[in-house]
Amino acid sequence: MIEFAPALVPLLVTLPLLGAAIALIAGRHRRTQVVVSVVTLTVVCVIAAILLYVVDSGDQAIAVSVGGWPIPFGIVLYVDRLSALLVVVSSIVLLAVLLFSVGQGAADGDDETPVSIFHPSYLILGAGIFNAFIAGDLFNLYVGFEILLVASYVLITLGSTESRIRTGVVYIVVSLVSSILFLAAIAMIYGALGTVNMVQISERMAELPQETQLVLHLLLLLAFAIKAAVFPLSFWLPDSYPTAPAPVTAVFAGLLTKVGVYAIIRTETQLFLDNDVNQLLLWVALATMIVGVLGAVAQAELKRILSFTLVSHVGYMIFGLAIATPAAIGATIYYMVHHIVVQTTLFLAVGLVERRAGSTSILRVKGLMKAAPVIAVLYFIPAVNLGGLPPFSGFIGKFALFDAAAEVGTPLMMTLIVGGIVTSLLTLYALMRAWNLSFWREEDDSAETEARISYLGASPAGVETERRVIPRIMTASTMGMVGVTVALTIFAGPLYDVCTRIGAALLEPVTLVQLEQQHELSTGGDGDKEVAP
Amino acid sequence: MQVSLVLILIMAVLFACGVYAMLERSLTRVLIGFLLLGNAANLLLLIVMGRPGLAPFFDGETPSDEMTDPLPQALTLTAIVITFAVSAFLLALIYRSWQLGEADTVEDDEADIAVRERSIDTTDTMDDETEIEDTDDDATTDFVDVDTSPITVLGSRDFAGLRDDAPVDRPGNRGGDGS
Repeated sequence: MIEFAPALVPLLVTLPLLGAAIALIAGRHRRTQVVVSVVTLTVVCVIAAILLYVVDSGDQAIAVSVGGWPIPFGIVLYVDRLSALLVVVSSIVLLAVLLFSVGQGAADGDDETPVSIFHPSYLILGAGIFNAFIAGDLFNLYVGFEILLVASYVLITLGSTESRIRTGVVYIVVSLVSSILFLAAIAMIYGALGTVNMVQISERMAELPQETQLVLHLLLLLAFAIKAAVFPLSFWLPDSYPTAPAPVTAVFAGLLTKVGVYAIIRTETQLFLDNDVNQLLLWVALATMIVGVLGAVAQAELKRILSFTLVSHVGYMIFGLAIATPAAIGATIYYMVHHIVVQTTLFLAVGLVERRAGSTSILRVKGLMKAAPVIAVLYFIPAVNLGGLPPFSGFIGKFALFDAAAEVGTPLMMTLIVGGIVTSLLTLYALMRAWNLSFWREEDDSAETEARISYLGASPAGVETERRVIPRIMTASTMGMVGVTVALTIFAGPLYDVCTRIGAALLEPVTLVQLEQQHELSTGGDGDKEVAP
Repeated sequence: MQVSLVLILIMAVLFACGVYAMLERSLTRVLIGFLLLGNAANLLLLIVMGRPGLAPFFDGETPSDEMTDPLPQALTLTAIVITFAVSAFLLALIYRSWQLGEADTVEDDEADIAVRERSIDTTDTMDDETEIEDTDDDATTDFVDVDTSPITVLGSRDFAGLRDDAPVDRPGNRGGDGS
């Protein structure tokens, strides 16, 4: 099986790009577009699953040098367990959200409206995400980021209505700044080390003085922290995400910040293993968790509540990463997978609420329990999961994180555990208040109740859109995602084993010699050896 | 590694100007700031290339210590292409923003304003932004009410015949969401 696996790696990026091209040409044929997108993402999902199996069973990462340049010089695509796992999860999420949006588009009958641009942009977004996950050098990571960002600019301003332009501008400008910072950081690293290959960077980094390392380290972290929405740099996210169309918000919330977190994981484990900023990261994680969730408690609009919880839960991942033990990093990976799936599912469920009730303000939506019991279930399961109640995957992930932190046992770790538990409870509080108000409140509710919730704002915020029927495919894809969240709990054992192996492997960075061996194994030994470095 | 001090100074100035311009509310200035920043970053890539030399792939006989490092050039080219694409998108965005609201400025978030107003009702005036008022705060461009204004600023609403023809993705409010 290992023989043809390396040939599959570049397909993860080229297939979605090819699909995007076909979808763009077939702009006038909705049905063709849908078929192309669905087929492309399904194939990518299958390929990613095969790669995960090969990498995990063979205990050997796959390195592919694109263009035939010898290994430290050319572009290297590098698939280890972490990359493969994240590509599998993100392709499943992309596929489910695509089906959701197909249902939405078909129901609204918008044949000539600009959704013709939706499918190509969406596939390019996917290509960017996959490229970022399998990039073996920093510059290719930058290119992956740019591919997904440019596609996301188009998606977040889709339809170019006034509110979307307004919020899109904030998102775009912030992303531009972080991209420039990233590019400047790459230039500095190249200036200091003469390479952009991540493996070679990690080998040569030890030769630099600690102060120089710290500067490069913080510059990279700054760029990634903006993308991952880590506390002082997270202000842009709750402003810009909620106005986009429901499927777009869902996929952004699930995946885009996680690409940033992935980059931070690589930075902390592979590039700067000896340069320790974990104390700083722990405080930042604490602030991200607490400030984010306090924002969620203050909101009265479902999408904004979710955006704030998204920010706050990025804090858990930074927390796990900053503990920097194999167990903690394994827990972080598990938590990341859990959070990608659950956050996307919640946004999809809220998309259903919006269609059914014509609003996402919890002051306005009421009586959904009677009117739409299916949506109630689809909201409740991921909400409880995100809040971290047992037996769901959120509980497993958080418990594993706290366990790893308790093993270290310093006072700061204990503070973070308390902070994490408080955050978890407040998340539950925010989501359950929304649950009580939107689902359990009677349609004809008394003035007394109105008065009691008036602290959330005098007039219900948010515009009322028309109530529309929910096509079956939207409910079905949301159900599918809820099924995946439950599967994360049921198959937590094997999945957690994989995550533990990732955690152990990440703390022992690959050397260049190993990378070359992996490359030779991948290409069957016919590598181009004639050019010695 | 030898580098040119002049290039470093130019890069620093470009970075400074770019950041300054990006802090403005006007989107056009943000675009200019972004272009300056992008060029500054590209210049930084060229600076880390080190001493310039002969073309590396020209005849295959150049000794390796006289070659220019080709990799930063490749990186710069890629970065230039990306900057170009993003600027094109930003220009389209600015045009659309102007078409919709006679303005090319970054607006405050609605919910932020709501939260701010909620806190004004309570006593604290510490960060009450309404206290400080600049006369041209509401101006949508730099040239409003300036007699010597080189450009007459017209918005979409000044043209009776101008139709908001951008397609929308919701059939319910096709063609008229901007007003």
